[in-house]
Amino acid sequence: MNRTAKRTLRSARLAWPWLVLIIISAILILLRDSYPQIIAYPDGLTLPLADWVNVGADWFIAHAQSFFRALAEGLGFAFILVQNILTGLPWLTLALIVALVAWQGGGNRLAALSVAGLLYVLISGYWVQTMNTLSLVVVALPLAVILGFAFGYLGYRSKAARKIIMPVLDLMQTIPAFAYLIPILLLFGFGPVVGLVASVIFAAPPMVRNTVLGFQSIPPAILESARMSGCTGWQRFLWAELPTAWRQMLIGINQTTMATLSMIIIAAIIGGFEDIGWEVLSSMRKAQFGQSLMSGLVIVVLAILLDRITSAYAARQLPTASFAGLPTLHFFGLIVVVTGLSIAASYVIPGLWRWPEWAVWSPAQDINKWTETFLIRYGSAMDTLKNTATYFVLLPVKIGLEKAIVPFTWGVTFVPAAKTAYWAIATLFCLVAFALGAWRLGIALIIGLAFLYFGATGLPWVSVLGFAMLLAYQLGGWRLAAFVGGSTAYLLVNGIWQQAMLSVYLCSVAVLICIVFGGLLGIWGASSKWASNVIRPINDMLQTLPQFVLLIPALMLFQVGEFTALLAIVAYAIVPMVRYTEFGLRSVSPTLIDAGISSGCSPWQLFWQVRLPQALPQILIGMNQTVLYALGMLVIAALVGTTGLGQLIFLALGRADAGAGLVAGLGMALLAMTVDRILQAVVRRM
Amino acid sequence: MPESSNAAAAKVAPKKAKLSVRNLWKVYGTDPEGVTSGGFAEMPLERKLSHVRDADHFVAAADVSFDVAEGEIFVIMGLSGSGKSTVLRCLSRLVEPTKGEVFLDGEDLLKANPRGLIELRRHKMGMVFQDFGLLPHLDVVQNVAFPLKAQRRPREERRALAREMIELVGLKGKESSYPHELSGGQQQRVGIARSLAANPELWFLDEPFSALDPLIRSQMQDEFLRLQKQLLKTIIFVTHDFLEALKLADRICIMKDGQIVQIGTPAEIVLHPADAYVREFIGDVPLANVLAAEDVMAPAHEDGKDHPQVQRRTILDEAIKLFDDNTVTVDVVDDDGHVVGALHPLAVIRALYHDDIVADI
Repeated sequence: MNRTAKRTLRSARLAWPWLVLIIISAILILLRDSYPQIIAYPDGLTLPLADWVNVGADWFIAHAQSFFRALAEGLGFAFILVQNILTGLPWLTLALIVALVAWQGGGNRLAALSVAGLLYVLISGYWVQTMNTLSLVVVALPLAVILGFAFGYLGYRSKAARKIIMPVLDLMQTIPAFAYLIPILLLFGFGPVVGLVASVIFAAPPMVRNTVLGFQSIPPAILESARMSGCTGWQRFLWAELPTAWRQMLIGINQTTMATLSMIIIAAIIGGFEDIGWEVLSSMRKAQFGQSLMSGLVIVVLAILLDRITSAYAARQLPTASFAGLPTLHFFGLIVVVTGLSIAASYVIPGLWRWPEWAVWSPAQDINKWTETFLIRYGSAMDTLKNTATYFVLLPVKIGLEKAIVPFTWGVTFVPAAKTAYWAIATLFCLVAFALGAWRLGIALIIGLAFLYFGATGLPWVSVLGFAMLLAYQLGGWRLAAFVGGSTAYLLVNGIWQQAMLSVYLCSVAVLICIVFGGLLGIWGASSKWASNVIRPINDMLQTLPQFVLLIPALMLFQVGEFTALLAIVAYAIVPMVRYTEFGLRSVSPTLIDAGISSGCSPWQLFWQVRLPQALPQILIGMNQTVLYALGMLVIAALVGTTGLGQLIFLALGRADAGAGLVAGLGMALLAMTVDRILQAVVRRM
Repeated sequence: MPESSNAAAAKVAPKKAKLSVRNLWKVYGTDPEGVTSGGFAEMPLERKLSHVRDADHFVAAADVSFDVAEGEIFVIMGLSGSGKSTVLRCLSRLVEPTKGEVFLDGEDLLKANPRGLIELRRHKMGMVFQDFGLLPHLDVVQNVAFPLKAQRRPREERRALAREMIELVGLKGKESSYPHELSGGQQQRVGIARSLAANPELWFLDEPFSALDPLIRSQMQDEFLRLQKQLLKTIIFVTHDFLEALKLADRICIMKDGQIVQIGTPAEIVLHPADAYVREFIGDVPLANVLAAEDVMAPAHEDGKDHPQVQRRTILDEAIKLFDDNTVTVDVVDDDGHVVGALHPLAVIRALYHDDIVADI
């Protein structure tokens, strides 16, 4: 027997569980026409989990609703109070206060940025809506911060509490926020308060995390020196722990602020009033892209200002910070004086109180016209792009080449001879890989090609379950396999398999695009300082923007549909891939690079053999984040007409069906956690 | 071995002990109390150790006993993991000992209630840490005044006291700097000033100079000795640096695996190492700089001749310069000029090159 044959046999011996599964899958697929339940999970085997949840929820609501409604009243009162203040005060006063707060945090540049941002809001005519949104933020933020701090400090003090809090946080951050909007809706009734409560719950986790982190990273010597100085427990907390953890907590406040804003905007979907999120949403629904773009930009301004101001206060805590601002008492004195003076001035000159109509200028109508002209002129080109992507990329992944290749779109028929050739080539590739000893590559090739042939929705569920568990077992042992098997089974028995596979399909295309283009952008950023300087602010902006603003430009150009959703998902999820690739490549130790160069590596070899392998763990973390981001964006993208779990959640939201919403939401969370754990197992094995 | 040296230590300990540690144990694990109760007290030490380890518990300090006299510099020396820092932390109850007694002026510290413990720390103890433990948001004066703030002393009083301390440690002019603006050596001076601010009787130093550059470290050691001459605190000083221990200590306590290996003055340890472990440390020591004439002298040599004289605390490195072709005896004299002993070349060689090497000469 020659060596090639020996190696092939050895590969086959190592890959036997995979080969067995492949053969079983092939048999299942051959039988699928006579037994449709091979592809579609039989309805008879589902559990009515959603109904049970609803029964439980109904019981709970019946008993607890009065309490929560009372709470809603209280929150509603606080909100109306703040709203009246913010919309009642002269714009001049508010603008000056914001500018002063910005200056105190970050000096002249930040103050100038704030003034410019607020001027945009005034001129575009969205001042009142912005103040309404801001009122919600002002009420929700302190609640989220206090709640987050309380749980964070509890987690720091008690190990038992931490063991409960941390997994709950993980779960909360992977379940799409919409899923838990529904129970809140049922408990609190409709109206702005729902958004308020939802954003408190949604925004508290980063505060919890940063509080725990801040307190845990206090140097032990500081704690001991405080004890040795004779501090009582309370003195130690107030004078040593809190000030030392303060900067990390301010970082938490920054993240919590952004999450609050983002959730308040999103909550417009379930019950907008005259806030800026509703403005964007309703103009988007009316296809008034000029208006939605202008109001979307207001959200961008709001997000950037809140982000920069809160992070400036966190940065100011660094011991090396150069800017200190005024002493606190002087600062507040100044605020009081400025407020008084500006109110007095506004009494005299009414234009300082209400922004005059004649000073409002919005190019929304013009943008609508330009878009129209653009679409008339380049519409066919855009359609070609969209159709090409849909027919040659999206559809094959969704329903498989087998069904996607039709004369109408591809111009050819997938004749049996071509199908035979396809499988022959797949088998040949696999055999070659086996002969080279790379059995993993061979198996991956054949599974990938089969996936492309049958599509995400045409695979037997037994095979998906089997392959997922086998992969998990080989990567992370029985525990991981059990988790993956359990998650898959959850999707099956709840009867949301079809939708889950649709979500998998859209996500996997988006993630693939992100990995390729994000990876390339990351490499480019790592290779040139100039490129890095261009890429970074764009990344910052994409990440600061409330997610559904990303839908606007895509929607303007490509109308409702999966391609539009895909673009929005890619725009959002590509950021971590770019960031981590660049970071990973940049943080390869210079010694290793020197060693590579002195070993005589060409630049090409240096990249492939030194820098890339060293950066790979970071890149994998980036990939992991990208998957999580893509799944998170999927729900928002359902607004522009995708199918899958995101759509299920939306439908449940419309019907106020807590059970269905939670089941689908948990399904998405399990998908995300499965991918997360598998990728982490890969990182651990490296 | 450890037991006998412990017993020896208790015997030779000065009569007036400021701080006495008796049979101190610190055991880590799931149930340290349970493991060290029952028949534990009756077991011999070796049994105790194996008993605790068999129960999957970790012994950080095993049956540690020593006395520290008022005004003494007592150095606990050991490698990392030897339990030296644990013992120090047990004395201030930053770590709660599992078993044992710690007497300060005859009163058991381990019986103090939480409130009493805070009072003890406020008035009786000061501590310096390896990585300083300065509060980053406070300036130098505020850091030094921190223990006084905890005592709720009036603001002006505590600032005045803090300024005094800052001057004492040679940081005048840096009062309003923040820790990140200071060098490591300066930061540790702040740490020292803070530990002394409340005028404690006990001064604990946990590897205070280990994080500093060698040159700065040596300066700080001199500074430390100067301060102690002025202040006369009762000091427990922890270090992993044997040379530092020799330079600073009145007595050294060498620890290994949570147990005391030997307690003695620097000269005792260098001349009579308790075992091979201690001997290994001595290997690199420039003995001529550590040992003094009195450490190796023989009884006075009464032959009626005049011999060159050397002061009893002169280090050998200096004393041996007096030997020449005609001089084989040097008289050792005390501060009043009385001859108290004689120095012979062979004794000096024996001491410098360790007994075992020159035993056959």
